[in-house]
Amino acid sequence: MKSGFRILAAVTALLLVQGFYEAMWVAPTERTMGEVQRIFYYHVPSAWTAFLLFFVNLVASIIYLVRKNPKADAVALVSAEVGVVFCTVVLVTGPIWARPVWGIWWTWDIRLTTTLVLWLIYVSYLVLRRFSDSAQTPKLAAVLAIFGALDVPLVYFSIWFFRTQHPQPVIGGGGSIDPRMLHVLLINWLAFSCFAFLVCWARYGVEILQREVDEIEALESLRGVAR
Amino acid sequence: MSSLRSITLATLTKDIRLEWRSRDAINSMLFFSLLVVVIFSFSFDPNAEESREIAGGLIWVAFLFAAIVALNQTWARELRNQVLDAYRVSPAPANALFIAKALGNFILVSLLEALMAPLFMIFYNLRALGPAWQLIPVAILGTWALVVNGTFFAAMSLRTRSREIMLPLLLFPISIPAVQSMVEATRIILSGDGSARFWIVLLLTYDVVFTTACLGLFETILQAE
Repeated sequence: MKSGFRILAAVTALLLVQGFYEAMWVAPTERTMGEVQRIFYYHVPSAWTAFLLFFVNLVASIIYLVRKNPKADAVALVSAEVGVVFCTVVLVTGPIWARPVWGIWWTWDIRLTTTLVLWLIYVSYLVLRRFSDSAQTPKLAAVLAIFGALDVPLVYFSIWFFRTQHPQPVIGGGGSIDPRMLHVLLINWLAFSCFAFLVCWARYGVEILQREVDEIEALESLRGVAR
Repeated sequence: MSSLRSITLATLTKDIRLEWRSRDAINSMLFFSLLVVVIFSFSFDPNAEESREIAGGLIWVAFLFAAIVALNQTWARELRNQVLDAYRVSPAPANALFIAKALGNFILVSLLEALMAPLFMIFYNLRALGPAWQLIPVAILGTWALVVNGTFFAAMSLRTRSREIMLPLLLFPISIPAVQSMVEATRIILSGDGSARFWIVLLLTYDVVFTTACLGLFETILQAE
């Protein structure tokens, strides 16, 4: 278990270095946007990783509601926390790119708005977990995760009605991308996913340990009362 | 089925009777939204053309904030004397309680809207250029969209610290598509450019999806203690 974690950490470090090198020096400079386009290799992998983590959160929440397995709840908590971090990276790198390319920091475009609403929903999820300290917190949080997942398609359709300004998704969106750029993008995505998985793993260990400590403390205090 | 209906009706009439005798919620909601109308009017000072563009947003934001007042006191009453615990151990279906509470809030917020809408019309000098009757389905669907999730999240935030502040934090992110639909539909009807059908259908979808979700998951929330 511990050696697995170390191996993954080493692989992640190598991948991140390789991804950074390729994004900065190997990938060709984009013709119209210039160097600023390179932020794409951080923006898009972060977005994919964040969406993947939110999906993991939804699945873990449903499993928790069905099976009442506390480990599923720990996975849900961890994936939401790390997902919010990656989603924040997306929301910060987006405007940095948009300012020189579009001339504006922010626009109420379909993908921007959906990502922002997703971020808001998951922040409220974390706030709920923070403010609720009963043993039922996991149940409430799991229900909120399902509500959030139901909300996302509705948000998407409500913005879809407006004109959309964001570049078409490069994969499966009819857009075209230089194969060398695609290669760099995929390397970075792999690196970011490994990194996210690594952080989740560490955080999961801490969470499980914290729960054990809480349990022991509760038992101790009960014993103190009995004495 | 008949027990569901009779329990719903009994809870609903009890809540309405309590509200009628105290009038706490409706009075504070009315005064609150009156304040919002006045403050917005001072801050924007729009002419007739501008107010058609922004009124949809102002009206619904005012109602959304005012509805929080009603939603927050929905379950507080049942916590006194352990009424909710008694309900939990009784064989009555959980959804009967939920439907009664949601309907009670719906009636309260609709009453507020009926009383405040004319005031909005006067203060902002509004006249609908589009088909005005469409405002009725928008109001009904929009109000239901707010109260069904609001009632549900109010039950959820019962178990949290500082629950009064928790409700808007949970409700607002989920309500974003509903609020956008209401505001856009109202704006389109008032200014008369285009058709509001897309937004009304979206509101209807929102209502159906979340009413189903609430009914499916309320039992879990009620038993969580």
